[in-house]
Amino acid sequence: MKSATIQLETLTCPSCMQKIENALKSLEGIDKDSVNVLFNSSKAKLNFNEDEVSIEEIESAINKLGYDVIKSKVK
Amino acid sequence: MQRHILSNKNNIALISGILIAVGFLSKWIMDNTDIFTSSLIIASVLGVAPIAIQAYQALKVKVVSIDVLVTIAVLGAFFIQNYEESAIVTFLFLFGAYLEQRTLNKTRSAIKELTEMVPESALKQMADGKFEEVEVDEVDVGDVLLVKTGAKVPVDGTVLTGEGSINEASITGESLPVAKEKGSNVFAGTILENGTIQIVADRVGEDTTFGRIIELVEEAQESKSEAERFIDRFSKYYTPAVLVISFIVWLFSRDVELAITILVLGCPGALVIGVPVSNVAGIGNGARHGVLLKGSEVIRDFSRLDTIAFDKTGTLTMGNPSVTEKEFYGDNIDEALGYLASVERESEHPLAKAVLEEIGETTFSPVENTEVVKGGGIVAYVNGHRIAVGNVALMEKENVKLNEKAIADVDRFEKNGNSLVLAAVDGELKVMLGIRDQIRPGVKEDLLKLKKLGVKNLIMLSGDNQGTVDLVSRELGLTEAHGNMLPEDKSAYIEKLIDEGQIVAFVGDGINDSPSLALANIGIAMGSGTDVAIETSDVVLMNSDFSRLPHALGLAKATAGNMKQNIFIAVGVVLVLLASVLFSEWMNMSIGMLVHEGSILAVILNGMRLLRYKLRKVKI
Repeated sequence: MKSATIQLETLTCPSCMQKIENALKSLEGIDKDSVNVLFNSSKAKLNFNEDEVSIEEIESAINKLGYDVIKSKVK
Repeated sequence: MQRHILSNKNNIALISGILIAVGFLSKWIMDNTDIFTSSLIIASVLGVAPIAIQAYQALKVKVVSIDVLVTIAVLGAFFIQNYEESAIVTFLFLFGAYLEQRTLNKTRSAIKELTEMVPESALKQMADGKFEEVEVDEVDVGDVLLVKTGAKVPVDGTVLTGEGSINEASITGESLPVAKEKGSNVFAGTILENGTIQIVADRVGEDTTFGRIIELVEEAQESKSEAERFIDRFSKYYTPAVLVISFIVWLFSRDVELAITILVLGCPGALVIGVPVSNVAGIGNGARHGVLLKGSEVIRDFSRLDTIAFDKTGTLTMGNPSVTEKEFYGDNIDEALGYLASVERESEHPLAKAVLEEIGETTFSPVENTEVVKGGGIVAYVNGHRIAVGNVALMEKENVKLNEKAIADVDRFEKNGNSLVLAAVDGELKVMLGIRDQIRPGVKEDLLKLKKLGVKNLIMLSGDNQGTVDLVSRELGLTEAHGNMLPEDKSAYIEKLIDEGQIVAFVGDGINDSPSLALANIGIAMGSGTDVAIETSDVVLMNSDFSRLPHALGLAKATAGNMKQNIFIAVGVVLVLLASVLFSEWMNMSIGMLVHEGSILAVILNGMRLLRYKLRKVKI
């Protein structure tokens, strides 16, 4: 398990959070309970299994929703 | 293609705005309805594209978002060939989103400033002894780093060589530079204003004081109160419900216009965003002023405060007590002072330092069989003599007789506001010291401000004798003051106040008052930036600066009020919109969207006022 902190473009509507949260939760290899989208700091935090899903795939899932990923940190 | 459209959302808003203007101008001036209609159609199609894409993406992850409502409404308007409304609604929605993003960034700016102070690179000493620039993530504990003038200290560390002065405002809120030399501790995120130093890394990344503060602030701004969680749950079902209602309205009335108007009016907006906006701006203001407010729940309780209980030493007073009066009894005083110093040297009690400073040079002897008497003092053996050091209660327990003069001295010392340290050798009183702690400058004014802010009771709880406590209390104008209290007495007292139904804050330095800090509705820690108290309390006054307390309380009140205003605006707007769609002729989709976006901006702008909040000057 690795944990990722993903800095997103400024989130303006609370329904964006719901969208991103649902999208992340629907990916394989992500610890669903760990998904946390922070509205004010416009960040997504989650734990994922690097054997099943890569950070690039996670980023592209967010991109596909129409949100830019500014930078992500994995450790 | 999708991404291209989305990333040009703002340009699309601009173009559709221009198209709408062209359309209306051609209609009014040239009376040309062809241009009018066609430019509005183009504007609608262009404008709805990014909204529809977002709606589609939301539906894909099973969320009925505002985009879904707006897209359906626009399609409906198109269907009944009301291009005017479809164009204006899409434009307002896009333009509103743009303004929201701009203004929201402002409300978040204070906290963003803080996070942007996180150091990104460091000059690390490599195996060959040379310093190379590396990412701050690559620094490990024990690495040697070079910090040059004007640079940020990248980690928490200790100075190895060199000296300089450092601005620690990011941690303490105090912008006066602090001198650092070999052995001094330095903190990540602070700025070396002059000099060059080499440091060894003690804590890195999120473990640094600054890293912890940022994490706490970020958590605080996301924390949600019960009411907010309710609104969140509510809005999850609210949006789909609006969709269903408008469908039912259409089913019964067959009035597409009415159905899509309801869709637009039903958009939740201000309600969902109002409270978080106040929260983030309030906490941001605090962070700028050296006050850490941990979340909206804390703000709510804090704003309704009845009573503040204070620890005395280190909170109301400087916490640097010194000996102001002394009396000696009998012979061999020098020897007795030597024993006293030997015992006190091993004590961590705040008064011990004052005693040692007073005695100065003396002969120290080994101390044996030390026994700490809780709430009394210390009993130990030095050179075979039984030495008792402590208060009057300890002397009684040790059967030390106080003669008439000594009893009179005790009275006098206490009346003058001293804490007493008595020392007896083999059951005979030898030394009596009166130790006094100075009141922090400005505390009196600060307490007055707290009263003006509506705090009913200011109570001091102290382990000191009642005489000292009363004196400080009179000088500061407190409502109550209780002395001779052990830490558990303090927490019991706070529990009693809470049981009486009061909302109680406790202010302490967190060293021996953690039970009280934890028990009070609001635990306020006087943090010097490194204390663990930062983590356990609800509010932290950085740099142990008491004068930030009135600002903290005023800010909490302003923030709580701001949240209420925002809820009022949001709910009020929804009610007015609903009433007007039912009872008035003038309400349509465009006006609905305008009011909707307007109310969102209104709550954001209202929240932004908190960023500039300052405690008004109080007349004394």
